[in-house]
Amino acid sequence: MSVGAFWALAVLAVAGGVAVFVVDSMARATFALLASLLAVGGTLLLVDLHYVGVLVILMMVMEMLVMAVFMIMYMMNPGGLMPMKMVHGDRAAKIIAAAVFVLLAAGAFLTPWPARRGPPPADPTRALGLAIMGPRMLVMMVVGVAILATMVATVVLATHRGRYDR
Amino acid sequence: MADAVGLLVALVVFGWAAAALDAGLGRVSGRAGGVGSAVGAPLREVARLVTQRGRRTLVPDLLLVRAGVVALPLAALLAAVVLPLGGAPVLDTSVGIVWFNAMEVCVWGALWLVGWGVNSVYPLVGGYRFLAQGLGYELPHMFALITVALGAGSLRFGDVVAAQRGVWFAVWMPVAFAVYLISALAMAFWGPMGQPVGRDVAGGVPAELSGADRLLFAAGRYALLVVVSAAAVPLFLGGGAGPLLPGWAWAALKTAAVLGVLVLVKQRVPAVRMDRFTVFAWVVLIPLTLVQTLVVGIVVLR
Repeated sequence: MSVGAFWALAVLAVAGGVAVFVVDSMARATFALLASLLAVGGTLLLVDLHYVGVLVILMMVMEMLVMAVFMIMYMMNPGGLMPMKMVHGDRAAKIIAAAVFVLLAAGAFLTPWPARRGPPPADPTRALGLAIMGPRMLVMMVVGVAILATMVATVVLATHRGRYDR
Repeated sequence: MADAVGLLVALVVFGWAAAALDAGLGRVSGRAGGVGSAVGAPLREVARLVTQRGRRTLVPDLLLVRAGVVALPLAALLAAVVLPLGGAPVLDTSVGIVWFNAMEVCVWGALWLVGWGVNSVYPLVGGYRFLAQGLGYELPHMFALITVALGAGSLRFGDVVAAQRGVWFAVWMPVAFAVYLISALAMAFWGPMGQPVGRDVAGGVPAELSGADRLLFAAGRYALLVVVSAAAVPLFLGGGAGPLLPGWAWAALKTAAVLGVLVLVKQRVPAVRMDRFTVFAWVVLIPLTLVQTLVVGIVVLR
């Protein structure tokens, strides 16, 4: 059951990624990428990382919608409903993409994955957080707030008062 | 299975009631000016749309339009499955609040897709308005949800209801409740937050939809309105808790009360401009909700 779901999601993720470069409109490309990322969120749900999985879905939807605004704002054909080519410099891009794929796939196959010891934890999300952060949890949380503060400050400093300001 | 059917029936009944109340109130204040009883108004609209001749704009992106039109009711339904309405929810997950939030954000995508895909200027304006509205309401809304989760010590809706056995969250987190009600209007692009479908842009996002597409869009919007009202019950109003009546009846009564308030607000409160609301949301609401979260955090820690 979950193996079948994994393969379905994996195929959907890859197909969505391919569709990004095949379709002829920026809007379709955006939502093809979103479908691909949602499938990735789905695979996280399959390994019982419920919080991380649903959070990925939430963040990806919000992020891609904001991205859509910028992608369409900067494209050559802002009307967007006219067909457009989604790839540029494709020979170099193909070589780089293939090389990166081989590298990552080789890493996945060559890594000596540890065998499972004991049963899965009651709350895998908590266990994952502790495994990654460990004793540095507090530091990472402070860093997170600092990054947020930096982003807010950057936006405030970058904003000129526009024509809609009162 | 019976739960899922019950949920679907409840969504239809409440959505119908909201549409009827809205039509009735509109006639009393002399704006809608329809004929016949308000209860029949939604039915007449359904019949009109089902028999309406389809209309199409020049070179629309039909795939995206249909995806958006279907995604709207689907997101409302998927958000509803984690809500405990008196009993256990259809899908009892440990991250129900995050799931609800994620499905509600999918509505951004639905509206933008419809607004973009029909290849017409007013729907496009409406779609972009909804994204701007999303950026305005989402952060205070998220902090309100986080405050609730903090107070209950859990992201599971069942635990949130259980944590309100003594005092309702609406009572000791009034700021979070008020922010939730504002964002409920914004989520369902309803009333003062209805600028994405505003009259100043000829109906906005669904302006070019006709027939079954328009029917699905309208049904999805009412379903969404019902779901955001129903979510206020487990989040802030003690869920199905109450004397004498069974849990589902109290949940239904409280949902109806919230829904009634939202419909009344639509009739009484003028539209809010999104750039002004965003300033208000970021400068006033976010600090307020942060203080509320801090207060709840201190109470929980003590």
